[in-house]
Amino acid sequence: MINSNEILDTIRMIDQQHLDVRTVTMGISLLDCCDADPQRACGKIYDKIVRSARDLVKTGEAIEGEFGIPIVNKRISVTPIALVAGASETEDYVPFAKALDAARAETGVNFIGGFSALVQKGMTPADERLIAAIPQALAETELVCASVNVGSTKAGINMDAVARMGRVIKDTAARTADRGGFGCAKLVVFCNAVEDNPFMAGAFHGVSEADRVINVGVSGPGVVHHALQAVKGAPFDVVAETVKKTAFRVTRMGQLVAQEASRRLGVPFGIVDLSLAPTPAVGDSVARILEEMGLETCGTHGTTAALALLNDAVKKGGVMASSSVGGLSGAFIPVSEDEGMIAAAKSGVLTLDKLEAMTCVCSVGLDMIAVPGDTSAETLSAIIADEAAIGMVNTKTTAVRLIPAPGMDVGDTVEFGGLLGSAPVMPVHRESCAEFIARGGRIPAPMHSLKN
Amino acid sequence: MRAIVTVIGKDRVGIIAEVCALLAGHQVNVLDISQTVLQEYFTMIMLVDTAACTASFTELRDCLRQAGESQGLDIRVQREDIFNAMHRI
Repeated sequence: MINSNEILDTIRMIDQQHLDVRTVTMGISLLDCCDADPQRACGKIYDKIVRSARDLVKTGEAIEGEFGIPIVNKRISVTPIALVAGASETEDYVPFAKALDAARAETGVNFIGGFSALVQKGMTPADERLIAAIPQALAETELVCASVNVGSTKAGINMDAVARMGRVIKDTAARTADRGGFGCAKLVVFCNAVEDNPFMAGAFHGVSEADRVINVGVSGPGVVHHALQAVKGAPFDVVAETVKKTAFRVTRMGQLVAQEASRRLGVPFGIVDLSLAPTPAVGDSVARILEEMGLETCGTHGTTAALALLNDAVKKGGVMASSSVGGLSGAFIPVSEDEGMIAAAKSGVLTLDKLEAMTCVCSVGLDMIAVPGDTSAETLSAIIADEAAIGMVNTKTTAVRLIPAPGMDVGDTVEFGGLLGSAPVMPVHRESCAEFIARGGRIPAPMHSLKN
Repeated sequence: MRAIVTVIGKDRVGIIAEVCALLAGHQVNVLDISQTVLQEYFTMIMLVDTAACTASFTELRDCLRQAGESQGLDIRVQREDIFNAMHRI
């Protein structure tokens, strides 16, 4: 029999340290839903999602009940809609988002992702129509998430798409101004997007994936923080070892849940995403882990090094615990969703520039950051370009999820509620980057993309 | 299927008897028990076999939880697999 301390350890992790499975996400291919008639295509999309994921929520809840481990979200990701809708004879892609939202409501999942386009090298007419539909789609649907991949290490950065996404973000914020620009919280701009990401808002089901797949994202910043409290003052080797051991346990739990969900649903297991995903709850913060390593406030000098260690140790600990690791796998630093980040940003110690530096060493990027409502589209685009450049050169995924909160300025706070938390509006540089963005074209792929 | 029942709360007379009676009422067989009292806090961990259980796992869980709540105890039942996964390679 497993010993008492181990059992009580697990129970404490769940009860007091917010250990949970953040998401069980079913990826569903919609490539077989293409139809020249857009209405029929939407009908096929709705039917396939509902048919595939009918038991997802019920199964997730049953697993929660039996293992006593919370599964916070049950989600669906689908094939990038631009690839499916491209076959339909229509200019308007908003109905596709509505079909996704209707299927989401019917299956009872928390989010559905995949209103997406992959335009790192160029845009098809379908990609252009999808991007044009994003602001309206996000304003008129409840829980549909959109993402656009604008760059990759292989292709470089599509600066026309980057310029366009700045305007799309502005427009999305304006259309959801009554909710603090909430639409932007459902929109991610990627470089090197992954095809098996279970986390929102950036999840989509890649074309190289099977027809259906179960991906699981684990969490556990609270558990890591707690473990580090026991090694105060110890050298970094000890810190790294402690994080690794903790990540191993957390991931084993995620792997068990993933296998169980896969077996019960009769859907192949895809990957476990080894991510430290914070929540706004006290004791579930990545920033507080960094502070536990000896920093007074997250964002001060040393933060990037601390995050690099954390991110690496989480992967090393987790990789042996799962038969298949994928997705984003790293520490997340979404400002509004992390109690410690919110505090650090409010105090002015954590800045956008420091966050950008931090994204060089962790997944994923500038995430859930509110900026002043009057930030120009060009500035947003330039922020996207910077972040995409980091991803492109470092062969890693980077993402931007910014909320130019309408009518708000530095000092204000946007309240989203729930897991999305509250975002203190952070300052951006005021100097113009309009001419830079107006150039358009493509930033070529870096030398090291030529590996063959 | 094997599961772990944990009972945590303030110590008093008869906790083990009550929990065992509840489990027996559902045809749940107790395979192993360990129990300690630390600073008046009672902690019991039982390994049980739910193969012949007359209720579904979630019904059993709810029944134990409610019984615990009415007596000021935290009683939970979880499949053994989760502990094995987290603590054994």
